[in-house]
Amino acid sequence: MRVYTSLLMLFISITAISQNCNNTLSGKVIDLHDNMPLAGASLIVAGTEQMVTTDAEGNFSINNLCDLSYNIQVSHPYCLTKGLTVKLNGNEIKNIYLEHHLEELNEIIVNGLLVNKKLNTIIEKNISEEDLERYNSGSLGDALNSLSGVSSLNTGNTVIKPMINGLHSSRVVVINNGVRMEDQEWGAEHAPNLDINAIGNIAVIKGAGALQYSGNAIGGVIIAEAAKVPVKDSLFGKTLMTAATNGRGGSVSSQLTKSYKNGWYGTAQGTLKRFGDFETPDYVLSNTGIYERNASFRVGLNQFKYGFEALYSVFKNDIGILRASHLGGAEDQFRAINSDRPLIINDFTYNLDEPRQEVTHHLARLKAFKRFNGLGKLSLQYDFQQNNRLEFDVRRGENSGKASLDLALNTHTLMLDLENKLSDALNLKTGMVGRYQDNFANPETDVRRLIPDYDKYDLGIYGIVDYSLNDKWLLEAGARFDYTFIDALKFYRTSFWELRNYDQLFPELVIETEGNQVLTNPELSFGNSSATLGANYFINDGYTLSFNYSLASRAPNPSELFSEGLHHSASRIELGDLRFTSEVAHKFTVNFQRKHEVFSFSVNPYINTINDFMLIEPTGIQQTVRGNFQVWEYRQTNAQLFGVDVDAVYNFTKNILYKHQFSLVKGYDQTRNLPIINMPAVNTQNEIVYQNSKFNNLRLSIQSDFVFRQNEFPDNNFEVFIPETQTTELIDVSTPPDAYHLLNFNASMDFAMNEKSMLTLGFSMTNITNTRYRNYLNRLRYYADDLGRNFLFNIKINY
Amino acid sequence: MKKIQFLAAFLFTGLLLTSCDDNDNPIAINEEEVITTLTATLTPVGGGTAITLQTRDLDGDGPNAPVVTVSGNLMAGAVYNGTLVLLNETLNPAEDITEEVEEESDEHQFFFTIGGLDATAVSTNNDGNGNPLGTMFTLTAGAASTGTLTFTLRHEPKKPNTGLADAGGETDISATFNLVIQ
Repeated sequence: MRVYTSLLMLFISITAISQNCNNTLSGKVIDLHDNMPLAGASLIVAGTEQMVTTDAEGNFSINNLCDLSYNIQVSHPYCLTKGLTVKLNGNEIKNIYLEHHLEELNEIIVNGLLVNKKLNTIIEKNISEEDLERYNSGSLGDALNSLSGVSSLNTGNTVIKPMINGLHSSRVVVINNGVRMEDQEWGAEHAPNLDINAIGNIAVIKGAGALQYSGNAIGGVIIAEAAKVPVKDSLFGKTLMTAATNGRGGSVSSQLTKSYKNGWYGTAQGTLKRFGDFETPDYVLSNTGIYERNASFRVGLNQFKYGFEALYSVFKNDIGILRASHLGGAEDQFRAINSDRPLIINDFTYNLDEPRQEVTHHLARLKAFKRFNGLGKLSLQYDFQQNNRLEFDVRRGENSGKASLDLALNTHTLMLDLENKLSDALNLKTGMVGRYQDNFANPETDVRRLIPDYDKYDLGIYGIVDYSLNDKWLLEAGARFDYTFIDALKFYRTSFWELRNYDQLFPELVIETEGNQVLTNPELSFGNSSATLGANYFINDGYTLSFNYSLASRAPNPSELFSEGLHHSASRIELGDLRFTSEVAHKFTVNFQRKHEVFSFSVNPYINTINDFMLIEPTGIQQTVRGNFQVWEYRQTNAQLFGVDVDAVYNFTKNILYKHQFSLVKGYDQTRNLPIINMPAVNTQNEIVYQNSKFNNLRLSIQSDFVFRQNEFPDNNFEVFIPETQTTELIDVSTPPDAYHLLNFNASMDFAMNEKSMLTLGFSMTNITNTRYRNYLNRLRYYADDLGRNFLFNIKINY
Repeated sequence: MKKIQFLAAFLFTGLLLTSCDDNDNPIAINEEEVITTLTATLTPVGGGTAITLQTRDLDGDGPNAPVVTVSGNLMAGAVYNGTLVLLNETLNPAEDITEEVEEESDEHQFFFTIGGLDATAVSTNNDGNGNPLGTMFTLTAGAASTGTLTFTLRHEPKKPNTGLADAGGETDISATFNLVIQ
């Protein structure tokens, strides 16, 4: 045996000797976040134990390497150590990107990354600042659409509501700089109120796992964070400008940051965005413009032992809703759906007319943390949000121009969190949150309140532990309990109150009777438990296998409880139910992924079983003097959703890479054995990117976006008598539109202006072939085609 | 440390203060734009008993269906002068919506659709631009027959137009009556 081994050794050394061993591996070590070179990083070559250190410009050079594969460990005092495999065949130049170890230096700013670190077993996807900048004239929803498993429920092309694995609205929680957004998010036509240009990084967690923020995110959590501020003396900023042909508008966004070595910093940021009517390949989409103004300010102190940050942001958005989508009754619906063009097409304009939305969202946050020896890191956060939503309908007489919906929602939240490293392998995070919310529906609209006045109180408590069993296994577990109390004052129509037997069931709720309405005081409380349990197994060579189970419970939202009347923008009567209980979801996910410099991928199947799932469905036709309306009622059922998300990146050469993603989701109402409405169709995105860092960082990409037809949908069609023709006609509100394929192109180049400034010029084209298409998940698909070809020109200046 | 304690105390106080405001009961909203009642009065030219057609839905968009009444049959060969009155009876006193429609006459038009009935109906009043408005009309009954008469009020129709199919706009009212000509 020993002889064999010696022979083998000899043989290996001979081959080694016979090889060319004069290769040099050189390159730069660069900070992943700001592309700054990292000085003092050390590289150790496994096997030969050679060690080199980067110079002031981040350069390194390792000599006397053979034509072999080497494992190299790269470390830096402020970075996460990284291992990589390099296969040499001659001299090689390679840039190595390191992730800053942000936890220590920038704690207060990078909650998102802390979350990522804590939630290792949960499937999470990120969008970098660079990618976000490509969507700077769009919205958060547009950027998120680029991730597998994330789609959107749209109202036209400016109201983009993110959807995660087929779920949206109250089931998707948006965390904006550590603040849970409270912006009437239950509404399908209410987009998140945050400025995409104020975000430095977005993480999407496909599951309920971010227990420190919420226990009711049955679909998932979107975590948006401002860019980190370095702890050094500097003054920097950027300005982005975009002009687009479709909509004949654009956006300007600018931000400036001043930071000091002692940890103090301040940032100011603003965005202005304006578009007129958008256009399909054939006609103008009248009244679809948008006018958005945002600003945000941050001041903070960031040191290792303690720190604080104050943040204020204001978001104001005026959005026009396609004029042809405003309908009277079912007869109008029949005409609108059966016309292949919108019934109202006017000349292009920047003016926003009714129907339109006007939303203002103020957010103020104060956060402070301090580390205590033996206790850990204690953080306290208070935030205040004020959301004012105005919706204007086409109205008659003196009411013309007056809002039909005027809601003011004020939310105060206080959070206390404690992070504790119990041992090298065991981390504990616990905390509690208290929230008070007050919703006021302004009666001056002279329209019955869609959402009643209410006060809501929430109290939550959570704990999360993670434990590194060994190098291969990471385990985590978390639990949370939330108590919610709603105290509402709601006017019901007496006829509805009696029809539902509420007068028998809840006679004690009635405060007074006024005309044909009763004023009631529903006081509802919900106790919700949620939990997560997961494991990560690091196989080797970048392969990881993760399992996660999450339990989430969500109390019914105001619309599910209290809706009772005509919803103009949907041209239907919507009825909620006071008797609803919380829905409870069990989601299992598996993720198999490989991170590799040539071929990386992740495959992520999941199954989500939701008990007492609240859905809305048509139950009949109601006659009024105005005509007939379809009635949609909320119902609780058991639902099951399952699907798979696939991502892959393949580097053909150093300059050319191919990106692929595929998403599939199916949803069924198990009680009635029917498909669930508005499930995203199977879709796949494929992109080829050419990038040349030696030629002004030229980047060219061509992207194909294929959306299949949704073949599984519930039949919600109904019939209505049309007096003009004296016939009874079918109104098809169910059949999804055909599959479609879009091609997009993007190009950009960087130009150094001086030592500190960089100019990036970009050009993109969306829907190159000017394809006519309609999207099943666009609520206006009945009335008009989606957007035609668009040319966009971008200028970015970093200084 | 002191700073943090101060901050915490300050914030808690803020939270308590803001969560203590007392809410009075909200006021009831009686929608002004609701049309609960449409009444068509058909007065025979040359005298006789007027016929009233009415549809009335006192809970507006609520679950109760409109109550439709027809006071009598039309006479074959007779000509009737018709007037339309719209009311919002959720208000007390009831509001006459016809006035509003007539004030904004160029944004409104009533259409008359006849199904199976041997009759014709035409508008007899106009908007400010000389296009038909239709709150007043003439109904001419032909031979004995049964069928329907539908009144459709469109908001912001194309004006002038060649009829309901061409008019566009949004439907504010759609009321169908079963009639008999004897």
